Amino acid sequence: MKWIDFEKPKTVEDAVKLLSDSGGNARPMAGGTDLIVQLRVGDPRVNADVVVDIKSIPELNELSYSSSKGLTIGAAVECYKIYGDANVNSHFSALNDSATLIGGTQIQGRASFGGNLCNAAPSGDSIPNMIAHGAVATIAGPSGTREVPVEDICTGPRQTLIGDDELLVSINFPSNGSGFGANYIRFIPRNEMDIAVAGVGASVTIEDGKFTSAKVSLASVAPTPLLVKEAGESLVGETVSEEAIQNAANLAKAAAKPISDMRGTADYRKHLCDVLTRRALNTAVERAQGAS
Amino acid sequence: MGQSVTVPITISVNGKQHSAEVEPRLLLAQFLRETLSMTGTHIGCDTTSCGACTVIIDGSSAKSCTVLAVQANGAEVTTVEGLADGDTLHPIQEGFWEKHGLQCGFCTPGMMMSAVALLNDNPEPSEEEIRHGLAGNVCRCTGYHNIVLAVQYAADKMKS
Repeated sequence: MKWIDFEKPKTVEDAVKLLSDSGGNARPMAGGTDLIVQLRVGDPRVNADVVVDIKSIPELNELSYSSSKGLTIGAAVECYKIYGDANVNSHFSALNDSATLIGGTQIQGRASFGGNLCNAAPSGDSIPNMIAHGAVATIAGPSGTREVPVEDICTGPRQTLIGDDELLVSINFPSNGSGFGANYIRFIPRNEMDIAVAGVGASVTIEDGKFTSAKVSLASVAPTPLLVKEAGESLVGETVSEEAIQNAANLAKAAAKPISDMRGTADYRKHLCDVLTRRALNTAVERAQGAS
Repeated sequence: MGQSVTVPITISVNGKQHSAEVEPRLLLAQFLRETLSMTGTHIGCDTTSCGACTVIIDGSSAKSCTVLAVQANGAEVTTVEGLADGDTLHPIQEGFWEKHGLQCGFCTPGMMMSAVALLNDNPEPSEEEIRHGLAGNVCRCTGYHNIVLAVQYAADKMKS
């Protein structure tokens, strides 16, 4: 591995200063499970001279919940803390579909949703789930903080709108009422430890047998994780039925723009979008009805 | 910035404090093997895939080929060398011995560290839970069947 300098700031302000002073040559690091591998193989997209370890910054390690503010997951909070958290298990249990799926146990002890988002892989397993939950990212920069919906963060493979001098602080998940259910599923050709051929995050809110809100988001079938607005919107106002769900799945399939590669052909991936959207919505509906 | 400085670190490995001045790019696996000459931790794939380099850092299993030594500064690390108590094998080591849980043995240190972390969290895992807990460890000899038996042996032994 090439030489890197290592910094471990204790405040968001110090971290932002380190990032902005480095002229684009510094990278924030949470668990490092992606970044260290990329630095070691010399990935040209990650040409960092300075690694800024964010594990000592309190805001980035916060995991908190209140009914008014919803769930806040700091950018460095590890997956195992997410699936071990009582509030997540009570109010946002579908996030565990991703937290227990990313890597194996060893990775889940270090990897974070924040890192998964900043790494911006089209296949990032937490990203469609966050999008389906309507999550909003808080980003700190030299001129203050801004809030950006998660679906707008990724702009291309391994590219985000987070500037070189900015830092992802946390991700907020708005409170969901009774009648809410969500799910993330992916298809891989083995049982564990693989990259999604396609993945789908879905959420629904059901009142009196009708969808009052719904979101569908796809992974691995476009240059970025994708929010398929029309799929969710098609469900709103509809009575819960196989036909309504199939219609949303058709819209998700139509929105997918996959490539063919070693993991699967474009046609196969489009087919998976149909099947997985149907399954994810059905599970979200089951969970919504179980919760209400 | 850009001063290319080394960093002083202190890491507790198997209960013993080790201090060193390291390059930030030094991996924990390299620190263990090369700086401390503790070669029980194996390096297999180099890319966080195979799990041979698994150690326990502050109670959580981690792949030490994708952890910088500076990230483990101040942490308590347990390696395979820390399992046995003198000549008395740890139950997981006894399990691998009794159930023939290894063939070539290359994956074994990582398998055992993942198994120990698993049993710490879940003392009575089902076969499915054992297989899920070891999903991040690859055995090129494909000796998984006996590895699962070894973990079950250790679970029974640790319970009694």
